Amino acid sequence: MNAPAPLPPSPYSSALGKSNVESHTLAVIVDNEPGVLARVVGLFSGRGYNIESLTVAEVAHGEHLSRITIVTSGPPEAIEQIGHQLERIVPIHKVTDLTLTGRAIERELAMIKVRGKGDERSEALRLAEAFHAKLIDATTESFVFELTGKPNKIDDFVELMRPLGLVEIARTGVAAITRGPMAM
Amino acid sequence: MSKRQMTGAEMVVEALKDQGVDVVFGYPGGAVLPIYDAIFQQNHVRHVLVRQEGGAAHAAEGYARSTGKVGVLLVTSGPGATNAVTGLTDALLDSIPLVCFTGQVPTHLIGSDAFQECDTVGITRHCTKHNYLVRSIEDLPRILHEAFYVASHGRPGPVVIDLPKDIQFATGWYEKPEITAHKTYKPRLKGDAASILQAVEMMAKAKRPVFYTGGGIINSGPLASKLIRDFVALTDFPITSTLMGLGAYPASGKNWLGMLGMHGTYEANHTMHDCDLMICVGARFDDRITGRLDAFSPHSKKIHIDIDPSSINKNVRVDLPIVGDCAHVLQDMMEVWKERSLKTDKAALTEWWKQIEIWRGRKSLAYRPSKTNIKPQYAIQRLYELTRDKDCYITTEVGQHQMWAAQYYHFEEPNRWMTSGGLGTMGYGLPAAIGTQMAHPDALVIDIAGDASILMNIQEMSTAKQYRSNVKIFILNNQYMGMVRQWQELLHGGRYAESYTESLPDFVKLAEAYGAKGIRCSDPNDLDRAIKEMIETPGVVVFDCIIEAEENCFPMIPSGKAHNDMILAELGDDGGLEIGSIIDEKGKMLV
Repeated sequence: MNAPAPLPPSPYSSALGKSNVESHTLAVIVDNEPGVLARVVGLFSGRGYNIESLTVAEVAHGEHLSRITIVTSGPPEAIEQIGHQLERIVPIHKVTDLTLTGRAIERELAMIKVRGKGDERSEALRLAEAFHAKLIDATTESFVFELTGKPNKIDDFVELMRPLGLVEIARTGVAAITRGPMAM
Repeated sequence: MSKRQMTGAEMVVEALKDQGVDVVFGYPGGAVLPIYDAIFQQNHVRHVLVRQEGGAAHAAEGYARSTGKVGVLLVTSGPGATNAVTGLTDALLDSIPLVCFTGQVPTHLIGSDAFQECDTVGITRHCTKHNYLVRSIEDLPRILHEAFYVASHGRPGPVVIDLPKDIQFATGWYEKPEITAHKTYKPRLKGDAASILQAVEMMAKAKRPVFYTGGGIINSGPLASKLIRDFVALTDFPITSTLMGLGAYPASGKNWLGMLGMHGTYEANHTMHDCDLMICVGARFDDRITGRLDAFSPHSKKIHIDIDPSSINKNVRVDLPIVGDCAHVLQDMMEVWKERSLKTDKAALTEWWKQIEIWRGRKSLAYRPSKTNIKPQYAIQRLYELTRDKDCYITTEVGQHQMWAAQYYHFEEPNRWMTSGGLGTMGYGLPAAIGTQMAHPDALVIDIAGDASILMNIQEMSTAKQYRSNVKIFILNNQYMGMVRQWQELLHGGRYAESYTESLPDFVKLAEAYGAKGIRCSDPNDLDRAIKEMIETPGVVVFDCIIEAEENCFPMIPSGKAHNDMILAELGDDGGLEIGSIIDEKGKMLV
């Protein structure tokens, strides 16, 4: 007799998976046609997968191709399933797990509105400079900063702004690309 | 073929002709009238008028499943489309190729909550393989043919084309496009050569192997069925199949173990549990098959051949996945097997078969016969014996009768068995039988039904009559929703909440009301004569077979249990074991 195999991990019913959650960034090239985003989002809600961040924009106007970047989380077997389920959607050209290909660059843009006077106002400006945030709007009682970076850098900046009069945040979600000369 | 100018509605009919479609199942309404007008003015495509759009979908499924061709339905907007949703979902879960045309309100009214408007592409996005809303007449010819391509290539499935009424009236240029590939949808047919080599080497080394086959073999086409038969003959491995795959390997074949899974045979499930190599061909490790996942075939290496990469590692992690079409992969595997002159481990196989014979010896399909009441198992056995030499197609509804049909009716050929496996749709069988009969006008088509299921689409009796169908409806009548009652006995202390049907119609008179023949039989000694009468009577016949009411469907793997935890009929009947105590609290949560 062979030794008993370990529990077979299933992305749907494995108890193993629950403790084993990873965050992955998927890049998806789709035909930019009506309903394609609904197909992708519907797949995630219908099969119980998480979406942590999602960005979409047309990247090739001539061919009407859009690139969707999805940050999702789950056990590795669920992430593998997500990739295959996405590939079943007819207008999807390509799905790449950028976390698996390694060393992908992830960036997010945020616009952050801060309201304040006196010391708090100058402290906000100083910190913005330290973070290389761009000042894109100013009034006598407010600033709007534009900050680009990894999501956790933006998180850090937002936390620093909170006691200094943080009013509003707009974030784009993550866009990602692989390093080196090759396309995904 | 040169370009010709025509209306959108005419393009639909033209594309049907070009696709070789001979019959369309449908129901007219305001938003599809132009297409109906185009159908009226030609003689190539026949239209079958159903009595509810759900019937059209199942009829198209029966047609598709029994021919291997794409089934086509045509329904109107709004309620026409929503009534078809169950059938589309059914086809998605069982991988049946369908193209469904839905009418839609004119483009400029979309989104205005117009009369009989619904968001058809939104609603059907989740229950189709793909869908289209046609926004311009220029796109229509391409979409029409692309839909057939997507429905029938790769893992088959339903495709919806939503056609606004103004597009149907609009004029454009039609030309049959030569689609040989799709821009983005490129299913892989050939399996990876290195994996195929590895697979056959694993097979040659296996001591306790089993073929676990499914509906993918049927979908792949007759060649896949032939190849699996050849491969079994070549290796002498045992073979079992899911509900959807019955007929791929003949039930009379000596290596046949019977169906596996929740109501599968003792030998099939134990072989699966104790095997050291499982070769899964075109099946998907569904929960009806695996039982308790962490106890599923714990000692085996698993090879999984499937055309859909998302089926692999979905429910059960496998050791060797091969993505490809069953027929292509089986052919390549056999070629490599022969090239390398591989041999099976004969001594180990002999031992394995000895063990399987012991399991077979348990005779898990045995039941206690009765001289006074018709046992449902006996009814199916007699139906099988009296129809086996005929050109026969079987459809079913969903429930106990479906499982008894799968257990006691034996299939020798693929495409002879039409049943709702994945979705479990009551009401599937009668329209599916009508669709099957349309494809095979001279065949004997029998819907094995239950008294509850048959009422879900009973209106299609009228369709069967109108098209002079010879469909036979064999109702196992126990006055219960039998499977619901069985589960209430198992899980809910025998409290039969709403599973007894108080006011069933008189099925004989019901048949007569539809202009059909009704036969009732409640005496086992009269059963053969009555079944022969049913077979010999031309036209639609309803056979009301009054069976023992509280018979349970065994063997059974209770929810949350493993393959080697089956309950057999003796247990249930003798009361030696309290049947209500078999399923534990965790199992009760499962379906």
